[in-house]
Amino acid sequence: MLHISIKAEKLFDIFGFPVTNSLIATEIVLIAFFILAVWGKNHFIVRWITHSLYSFFETILHDKTALFFPFLGSLFLFIIFSNWFGLLPGVESIFLKEGRGSIPLLRGTTADLNVPLALAILTFIVIQWSGIKYVGLRQYLKKFINLKNPMSVFVGFLEIISEFSKIISFAFRLFGNIFAGEVLIAVIAFLIPILASFPFLALEIFVGFIQALVFSMLTAVFLSTAMAKEH
Amino acid sequence: MDTEGLKLVAAAIAIGIGAIGPGIGIGLIGGRALEAMGRNPEAESSIRTTMILAIAFAEAVAIYALVISLIIKFT
Repeated sequence: MLHISIKAEKLFDIFGFPVTNSLIATEIVLIAFFILAVWGKNHFIVRWITHSLYSFFETILHDKTALFFPFLGSLFLFIIFSNWFGLLPGVESIFLKEGRGSIPLLRGTTADLNVPLALAILTFIVIQWSGIKYVGLRQYLKKFINLKNPMSVFVGFLEIISEFSKIISFAFRLFGNIFAGEVLIAVIAFLIPILASFPFLALEIFVGFIQALVFSMLTAVFLSTAMAKEH
Repeated sequence: MDTEGLKLVAAAIAIGIGAIGPGIGIGLIGGRALEAMGRNPEAESSIRTTMILAIAFAEAVAIYALVISLIIKFT
């Protein structure tokens, strides 16, 4: 039967800390990322990717790009690696026997809600911090709490809600896209076992790239709006 | 009809209706972006950036519907 689980499943405990299949995949992605960052940094492909990313973010952030590029670039690369890691053969298809049922040994990193949520909260903190730093605390809070007239009080209230809804929309956009892709591939492979899932795999490679791009680009756009001075 | 069957129907309806609006929206965005690119080919890169951004916002709505239907299905 088709195995679909909305949350990552626990494989074993280390000192009472549950180790899920998604966590193992995350560690593998992190180690690969680390190796690439340390030993591959001078390879021309890596340089070309970082250069084109830099010039892409420069169109949004202009003179502040150098300051935020380490964050945005690593966000993009980490998300794209973890999206594509979930598509490798063996991920979600090697099963371990566990009690009555069986659970997959590996699960895509971003197909577990915890990872996108952590990234979204991190992004939220960076956006607020940069807003406070570059606009000034008093000026920045003025956007949210403004007692000049009833209308601006209401607008400030809406601004507060929209700031917090950024976390939810960031987290669920990434999680929803990647998880839906994995469910799609699982269902197609279940219906027609041979070759039929290939075009969907190609689509998922594209979706993984687009979602990484959208996540980092939206972060850049929100950063630039947070740092913009009010007129 | 038992609860399990109703749950499946509810999940299907949630994502089915929830995908209509974003589908129309993404179509409109893509069409207008193509129009703009045809009128002003030099501005293609900035139009593409804005288009992807707008599509991401429109698509987020469908993702909310998807999350709702997943919650109905798996809890």
